[in-house]
Amino acid sequence: MSALTRSIVLWCPDWPVRAALRKYPSIAAADPIALIEKGLVFACSAAARAAGVRRGLRVREAQARCPELVVLPHDPAADARFFEPLLAAIEQTVPGVQPIRPGMCALRARGPARYYGGEREAARTLLGVLAEHGVDDARAGVADGPFAAEQAARHPSPEPVVIVAEGESPAFLAELPVDVMGDAAFTALCRRLGLATLGALAGFGEAELVERFGETGLRVFALVTGRDAATVVPRAPQRALERSVAFDDGLDRVDQIAFAVRQTADDVIAALAAAKLVATAVTVTIETDASTGLSTGDGGERPRTWLHPRWFTAVDLVDRVRWQLQGVGPGTGALTAPVTRVTIAPESVDAAHHHEQGLWGGAPDERVHHALSRVQSMLGHDAVVTAALGGGRMLEDRQVLVPWGDREPEGTAARAAQPWPGALPDPLPATVFLPHVAVALLADDGEPVAVSERGFVEGEPALFAAAPGARPIGSAAEARRLARPITAWAGPWTVDERWWDAAGASRVHRFSVVDADGTAWLLIHDGEGWAAEARYD
Amino acid sequence: MSASLASGSGGALEKAAADLERIRELKSRIAGMERTRLETRSIATLPAFSSLLPGGALQAGCAYSVGGSMTLLMGLLSGASQAGAWCGVVGVPEFGAEAATRFGIDLSRLVLVPRPGRSWLAVTAALADALTVVVTRPFERVGDADAAKLAARLRQRGAVLISFEPELLLAAPPTAWPGAQARLTVTESRWSGIGRGHGYPRERLVTVRADVASGRPRIVQLRLPGDYLGGTAPQAAPLLRLERVS
Repeated sequence: MSALTRSIVLWCPDWPVRAALRKYPSIAAADPIALIEKGLVFACSAAARAAGVRRGLRVREAQARCPELVVLPHDPAADARFFEPLLAAIEQTVPGVQPIRPGMCALRARGPARYYGGEREAARTLLGVLAEHGVDDARAGVADGPFAAEQAARHPSPEPVVIVAEGESPAFLAELPVDVMGDAAFTALCRRLGLATLGALAGFGEAELVERFGETGLRVFALVTGRDAATVVPRAPQRALERSVAFDDGLDRVDQIAFAVRQTADDVIAALAAAKLVATAVTVTIETDASTGLSTGDGGERPRTWLHPRWFTAVDLVDRVRWQLQGVGPGTGALTAPVTRVTIAPESVDAAHHHEQGLWGGAPDERVHHALSRVQSMLGHDAVVTAALGGGRMLEDRQVLVPWGDREPEGTAARAAQPWPGALPDPLPATVFLPHVAVALLADDGEPVAVSERGFVEGEPALFAAAPGARPIGSAAEARRLARPITAWAGPWTVDERWWDAAGASRVHRFSVVDADGTAWLLIHDGEGWAAEARYD
Repeated sequence: MSASLASGSGGALEKAAADLERIRELKSRIAGMERTRLETRSIATLPAFSSLLPGGALQAGCAYSVGGSMTLLMGLLSGASQAGAWCGVVGVPEFGAEAATRFGIDLSRLVLVPRPGRSWLAVTAALADALTVVVTRPFERVGDADAAKLAARLRQRGAVLISFEPELLLAAPPTAWPGAQARLTVTESRWSGIGRGHGYPRERLVTVRADVASGRPRIVQLRLPGDYLGGTAPQAAPLLRLERVS
């Protein structure tokens, strides 16, 4: 059996709450806070715990126990993001950190203990690093193996550093309740069997535990007897792949900035190439003069993440910066203040050899991509789109246009799969007007046909007028001049959507009309006038 | 006498028939020499168009023109898209994507450039480099020189260009794409299933007229959308049934 790894585990209690406080600076640390995941409390602050809130409670139960509870959604990505600087700071002090989960990391104890003259001194130094970064209640545990060290760090003791002497781990673990195993089904079973502590479990032999629990038993026996074979596997240090360029005087012309970031874009791609990586998503952050510092929210800093159907080249990066400056797409605005800094950070990277060209050139799709990218750099990112089917009753809701290279909005496919009573049956009109085109439907006497509040047609439709070139009809006189007889009509079909929501409600009556040429139109009457939604041509 | 006269006139008739045959043969040879391409590659096209298009299908490297009917346009794209080709549509913001899927067009290989503005010709040329079928809507009259340049590009890449006019403007004479192999229009359309105040536009019988570059116009009646789906009934039928469920 391999020797045990003497380990240090650093633990920041209530890390998700701490991360949430950094994410929402307006919330005070002393407030009772609960983070919710799937309707249950995932983590809570000390004040909330004092009021009786516990992990695993339902939200309602927690609010009943503590009416002033601040309820926030749990964001695992934020947990990891805010823990990253701490890991980097620890790595600066002692190399070889293994992140266990956000808020907890493990190190080998041997090196730092010799360097700082003892395990306690090493642990205190590391806690000092964490305190410098704003975590003043962190705790450290030193023991044989990461599991025992984690339990030592969690051990309730007035001293922030708990050291379990070498070889003492089994005795230390024997006192602990079985719940520290963290496996809910297994601990519940142990409790039903009357085994309350790890010591009681360890009292059985290895053979008995394996016979009763199988592989789980083997793992549990290794842990509870302090023979944890796990070692500390340090993570690879992160390479800094992001690059930025600062403009001292601030540039306010798009072409100037696009020219200036060219070198930066080359640097980003060169750094990626040196690491044998390619970027498939990058975040471009543009800081303007209006910002007073690095704080977000004052509008001075505009990050946006761009995806790429294949991978980014330097030219693509310059294009993305240009589009973002020109205010294309969501999350961007037109250039209003001089730009002081542009940062390009690769967001997701992939090994370059996954993307190498074949010996005889690439697939035909590659040519398609190049052509479309060329059109995008001519007209802008969202000028080239692919269509996806969405869900809805009106035709414009049922097609979703996605810029080439972007993902379709989340839930589009799920909405398309839902039944939409009131949607059009086959055959569908091939021409869909976006926006709708104003037309006129007239009775025999030249008066517009009206539809009452309750959906009754007032007047028999006899004449139909649509201006050529999908131009809206402006006046009643123009309508009468263009009017031509219709051969068939049917309707109304009322589409009454979101009636419970005053802002989003829409109530329209649909009609089908066949004009003298034999072209069928899908018309809607919205209570005021007639418009063409689509044409069967 | 009468017999000799009869035989004489019979001989003249035979001679005339032989001459006619010879003239026909010469005509077809001239037509063959006048064709823009000698050897052509066909692009998969729905069987509904086989008697309308010269050669029975869309020919790689050629230009076509469709006037006034998005349904005809989608029908032309459908065969190619089902065969795995990439299609592009330039300058047609009214293109109904959902109807396109009903005709069997694969949206994952369909690229739209709804508003190219004044650079529509450059965009069309760029797409013709990579896509198999490119639909474009001419926003202004195309010069013969521009059309010839684009035609050379199409021939080189083996792409098909379809020029689309959303409406037939009766005031101005319809301007077909210069050098188009055929121009497809709907001359008559009769709907069934809808009456005065009842029913629903269920199916229609259209008369499609194809003005081809050389020869008489070809006229065909199609039952839509049935005739589009007819050739690919196994795939098309479930699509229709899916829609009726909702």
